[in-house]
Amino acid sequence: MKITRKDVENVALLSRLELPEEEMEMYSGQLNAILEYADVLTKLDTDNIQPTAHVLPLKNVLRADEVKESLPRDLALSNAPEEEDGYFKVPKVVEG
Amino acid sequence: MDYEVVIGLEVHSELKTNTKIFCGCSTKFGADQNTHVCPVCLGLPGVLPVINEKVLEYAIRAGVALNCEILQFSKFDRKNYYYPDLPKNFQTSQYDLPIAVNGHLDIEVNGETKRIGITRIHMEEDAGKLVHAGTIVNSDYTLVDYNRTGVPLIEIVSEPDLRSAEEARIYMEKLKAILEYIDVSNCKMEEGNLRCDANISLRPRGTEKLGTKAEMKNLNSFRALEGSLAYETAREEEILSEGGRVIQETRSWDDAKGITASLRNKEQAEDYRYLPEPDLVPIVVDSARIEEIRKSLPELPDARRQRLMNDYGLSEYDVTIIIATKAMADYFDEVVSHKVDAKAAANWLMGDVAKHLNNEGLGIEASPVSADKLAGMLILIDKGTISGKMAKTVFEEMWTSGKDAETIVKEKGMVQISDEGAIIAIVDGVLAANPQSVADFKAGKEKAIGFLVGQTMKQTKGRANPEMVNKLLRERISQ
Repeated sequence: MKITRKDVENVALLSRLELPEEEMEMYSGQLNAILEYADVLTKLDTDNIQPTAHVLPLKNVLRADEVKESLPRDLALSNAPEEEDGYFKVPKVVEG
Repeated sequence: MDYEVVIGLEVHSELKTNTKIFCGCSTKFGADQNTHVCPVCLGLPGVLPVINEKVLEYAIRAGVALNCEILQFSKFDRKNYYYPDLPKNFQTSQYDLPIAVNGHLDIEVNGETKRIGITRIHMEEDAGKLVHAGTIVNSDYTLVDYNRTGVPLIEIVSEPDLRSAEEARIYMEKLKAILEYIDVSNCKMEEGNLRCDANISLRPRGTEKLGTKAEMKNLNSFRALEGSLAYETAREEEILSEGGRVIQETRSWDDAKGITASLRNKEQAEDYRYLPEPDLVPIVVDSARIEEIRKSLPELPDARRQRLMNDYGLSEYDVTIIIATKAMADYFDEVVSHKVDAKAAANWLMGDVAKHLNNEGLGIEASPVSADKLAGMLILIDKGTISGKMAKTVFEEMWTSGKDAETIVKEKGMVQISDEGAIIAIVDGVLAANPQSVADFKAGKEKAIGFLVGQTMKQTKGRANPEMVNKLLRERISQ
């Protein structure tokens, strides 16, 4: 698998990242190296193996439907870069 | 050219649990912003979600009620997208192994039954609420309330089997009724418990290939659903018949203007890069558990419709209205459990009761006249204690005072006069006082009897049994 510059642009866009020109090249190279490394796995014969849903041999970890205390609001908002009137404040989401 | 409309719906229904899907925060509606949040639903680093057992149970209930196959091995996945309504930058949902698949729902369209396929039902978390000063487009920034983030949802995806805006509304109404009957969702559309995304495309009638679709998101009323789809049908038809092309896009419905408009979103490509959720282990449901849930289901709307028609001989029309909500159907069943005439009960329910509820914007469960009280009144009519006409007055009084019919009848001395001798005395008086009307009737003017009945009723202050008055007047005139 070969990562093209277009793939990097697309991933950056989906991740809301603005990459300078030189980093485009750098990430293309790094991503390719990672995928090549993982490519080793494609050489394995997996024809008769179910896809792994989870790495732990566990199932059905459930909890009772009982209300627990939530965070105090000022604490919940304490990491927010901006807040207003008890809300998290973020840049506008739709282009006008 | 003649076009065929193809519609598929994705209905999101909030489940009526006490707590969120992956944490113990309350799901209660209407709390102050960001007071039902914790490290799990805020997506803070290092937290672990744990599935609410009620969510799984309710999802299976819905799956069974909608004739689905329940997958015995199911798992959660991350649906990645960057939008501030989810603080984690992904929504925990189900992708390739949803809890239920391959179901169906039968709807009644113009007296015919039509089967609508249910592709799948999956569990997922709801997103937060974005608040804007002004509109989403002209506001300078966005405010976020994460109370709703993590509230459990099931998404019910239909096959593209719906062929008109009306069919889509009927399907949605039926789905709402079922979810209410099986008691998994409050289904309050005004609170966003039940909302719907609609995909709609047109194709030349007789062809198979689907046309390019437009998607409408977050339709939160039957009006919005039917209105937006009717508008889109006309819009796409106009484009296609002028030789144009429909663009695949998301459009928003403007309830006030009654139009849809293109919604330009910063998200360009739809590429959710699903991956298995490593923080949640798979769900394995055995067939005994599925059977146990199947047996616990109450009577569903279709079965209830059949029973009411068979047992009481009610018309299809009457039954459709009665079973539309579980509360109405339960009320009806309670009234007729007092052995009153079912047809009369249905008429009162759809007449005076419905009228009063509508006037005051109440649901049947908030009716000041309980099922027992309505039954009490119907029994008095049945016994001939009061006439149907007097019952109207009694009903009004029951509605405003909350008293039962028997008390009202006693207090107001409203007992109907059914004693023949007493009525004959009054009838004879009326005949003597109105010789002209008697002569008219004898000359063949059928209408004259109406006047005489009116006079007799007036003298008895409406208490005489009207049928008896009618009969006795005719007898005395012809003697």
